[in-house]
Amino acid sequence: MSGSVIHWFRFSSPATFYPLAGRLIPIFWTLAALFGAAGLWIGFFVAPTDATQGEGYRIIFVHVPVSWMSMFIYLVMATWAGIGLVFNTRLSSMMAQSLAPTGALMAFLSLWTGAFWGKPMWGTWWVWDARLTSELILLFLYLGFMALQASIDDPRRADKASAILALVGVVNVPIIYFSVIWWNTLHQGASVSLTKAPSMAQTMLWGMLLMSLCYWMYSIAMALTRLRAIILEREAHTEWVTRLPELAEVRR
Amino acid sequence: MIWGSLEAFLAMGGYGVYVWGSMGACFVMVFVELIMVRRRHNRILRRLTQELSANQGRE
Repeated sequence: MSGSVIHWFRFSSPATFYPLAGRLIPIFWTLAALFGAAGLWIGFFVAPTDATQGEGYRIIFVHVPVSWMSMFIYLVMATWAGIGLVFNTRLSSMMAQSLAPTGALMAFLSLWTGAFWGKPMWGTWWVWDARLTSELILLFLYLGFMALQASIDDPRRADKASAILALVGVVNVPIIYFSVIWWNTLHQGASVSLTKAPSMAQTMLWGMLLMSLCYWMYSIAMALTRLRAIILEREAHTEWVTRLPELAEVRR
Repeated sequence: MIWGSLEAFLAMGGYGVYVWGSMGACFVMVFVELIMVRRRHNRILRRLTQELSANQGRE
């Protein structure tokens, strides 16, 4: 048992995590492609036409997964930033940094697909509704995190400052999630609930869950790919980086 | 098959612009992000290569 504990701690060092991430990335890309293909197939060829929204509802197969991911990635990012702040671990802060752009993209896509759904159904691209506004704030929180990180030269100080921003911003996530309950909004209520039976057709639900898994795998693959670049940027002058196999040709 | 023809599939019951506008954005942005991250990784590898060869020249 104690052996496995040491084993896991070993991967908290950038030098050991870099090659591990390199081996994991293709697995996550493959899973993302498989889940995505299955989800889109169900979404476009199996799921029936919606009784009230016709074919327009099919936006749900990307809108709900990216919206979930935008909130979930924020929580994971804030957790890694917080761990980095408390335990002063370099890799945790780098993880938070690598998640931020993917999270920002998910928040952007959530607003974009939401606008393309709102236009035909509500007659407007945008309203200052509680759900929409809090999602927009989430996008700004991601952008603020990235900007703050980039504006401070010393990376460790940048980690600390942006971690505080990320942690304060966590309060926005439950606001987004519960906004449709707390306020009288134009946005419809939660599509999927753990406490009551799903209100939609089984096939619609499956399409949405498969697309969520696709975006989940995609986000992991992308964050790990970016993390490898961040590790090299930050550890550029360490011994292990100069001995990387990628740089072997120069050494010879 | 629930779609009679390719036209019907593309039209999405009159919602074609909105459905494909959403799906298209998701696909395009995913590729943009992938290309940006790849370039970032290549840039740092190139920089490390240059620094390493410059150091070797001095030895």
